[in-house]
Amino acid sequence: MGLRNFFDRIEPNFTKGGKYEKLFPIYEMVESFIYTPKTVTTVAPHARSYVDMKRIMTYVVIATIPCILWGMWNTGYQANSAIAALGPESATGWRIAILQVFGISLNPDSIFANVMHGLMYFLPIYVVTLVAGGIFEVIFATVRGHEVNEGFLVTSMLYALIMPATTPLWQVALGIIFGVVIGKEVFGGTGKNFLNPALVGRAFLYFAYPAQMSGDAVWTPVDGFSGATALAVSAAEGYQALAADGITWWSAFYGTIQGSIGETSTLACIIGLAFLLITKIANYRLIVGCLAGTIAFTWLLNLIGSETNPMFAMPWYWHVVLGGYAFGLAFMVTEPVSASHTNVGRYVYGALIGVMVVLIRVINPAFPEGMMLAILFGNVFAPLIDYFVVQANIKRRARRHV
Amino acid sequence: MEGLISLAVKAVFIENLALSFFLGMCTFIAVSKKISTAIGLGISVMVVQAITVPANNLLLSFLLKPGALAWAGFPDVDLTFLGLISYIGVIAAMVQILEMILDKYFPPLYNALGIFLPLITVNCAILGGSLFMVERDYNFAEATTYGISSGFGWALAITAMAGVREKLKYSDVPDGLQGLGITFITAGLMAMAFMSFSGVKL
Repeated sequence: MGLRNFFDRIEPNFTKGGKYEKLFPIYEMVESFIYTPKTVTTVAPHARSYVDMKRIMTYVVIATIPCILWGMWNTGYQANSAIAALGPESATGWRIAILQVFGISLNPDSIFANVMHGLMYFLPIYVVTLVAGGIFEVIFATVRGHEVNEGFLVTSMLYALIMPATTPLWQVALGIIFGVVIGKEVFGGTGKNFLNPALVGRAFLYFAYPAQMSGDAVWTPVDGFSGATALAVSAAEGYQALAADGITWWSAFYGTIQGSIGETSTLACIIGLAFLLITKIANYRLIVGCLAGTIAFTWLLNLIGSETNPMFAMPWYWHVVLGGYAFGLAFMVTEPVSASHTNVGRYVYGALIGVMVVLIRVINPAFPEGMMLAILFGNVFAPLIDYFVVQANIKRRARRHV
Repeated sequence: MEGLISLAVKAVFIENLALSFFLGMCTFIAVSKKISTAIGLGISVMVVQAITVPANNLLLSFLLKPGALAWAGFPDVDLTFLGLISYIGVIAAMVQILEMILDKYFPPLYNALGIFLPLITVNCAILGGSLFMVERDYNFAEATTYGISSGFGWALAITAMAGVREKLKYSDVPDGLQGLGITFITAGLMAMAFMSFSGVKL
């Protein structure tokens, strides 16, 4: 236990009165990252539970692993396929140069080559996210004297996964800093925010740099490759036109289509979601509400129909597999902090998001994708939903005891 | 009818007075600490908006518009330069009358709305509603719809804001941002969420 001894030896420097007292949050961050925190509640009441924040956050990061792996493969696969289609002269840039140094081919049939090419995109985005966001997280923690906790790992992982692979890295940094500072730290840190910080950062980029972020042009990271995302095609010509682009329901479900890094594969998101549900990190009521809202509202729109807008005819099972729906449902809707806290409220909150996402996708021609905005919208109304649920409960109980 | 429905949806969500035009900010920020009072204020804004926008519409079409005075024998008179002062006068008078009527016939509602009624006389969302009505040349039916729905949109925004602020009671805001500072940031973030509707064409 050499490491434990090392921590025990240097700890007095960081505790009150020590030499580096001000840097305690940084010490605490590293120590609690490696060891389970040894502090326990000393005063009553004691509520015993097998979960603590560290475990919750670590589980969420674990749950994103299928999405990460699939996302890397898919990003590389899309890039390599595009290069194969456009010819080797389109393969330029420092990422290709690095791949060539290590002698990795650009063959879209090789899983290894695809994953490595995808890694060349995912890793810089993730590292920039961690460093830029981490610096601000640590600054706030040090100045304000709270702890840097694993919540930031979750935020940065989710944020990196909902980035398009082509995002310029300075935008990645800007977005996560906005998300961490304005979305979370000004409210006092993890658990005290009312919006999902990863989504705040993403939405900030979405509105600030619509040219790179809007979601109608495709995000395959090769120069000269142009096309439209699945949702943009559906918005323009109807979901039946997707088949002409080689997108079937199953390819959208497995995720071999273009899109943001981690969002394309519904299957990977379902695996992550199943893990979160089994470990009881995610509340199933949110999922049920969201799916029910989407299905009911899409059904209504299908029934109404529209001459001019082909999105009206899109069935719900297509809505669920395209764009960020599955990823948002698995990792963003279920986020316990910004969701409603009452059980009835969770159904309502989920349904609100489910309806909103379809509404934005179908009715709003400006945004082909709506999951992110729908969740933010849900976050805004979550406290209000709770309030009305609680009030209804108070009224019901008051009537019982006249 | 379809036109009126899409106008109503537009006024509530897409052109939300509080969160996309940032009108009525003073009351929006000041009276959003508790959900119950926010609901009361929201309802009174809705009521006042539903009365004053159509009233100003009548005023505009029968007194102020160029040629509006033709019924009195002055077809060449254009009184639109008197618009601003007339609208605010109408709003003040309407609120005053409404307050007296409520006091006399519906005391519980009067007590519930309390100080908010006179307070929203000077709310820019109310005058803004009337001015939008003039600018966009609404007819009477449209003006009534717009009045009710824009007031409802504002009410929705302030209630959501109050919900968030009640939740933020448990947050740990840095000293310099406490109170109004964090409320402005919250309003900005909420406006970002409401931007999901921007671009909807109805």
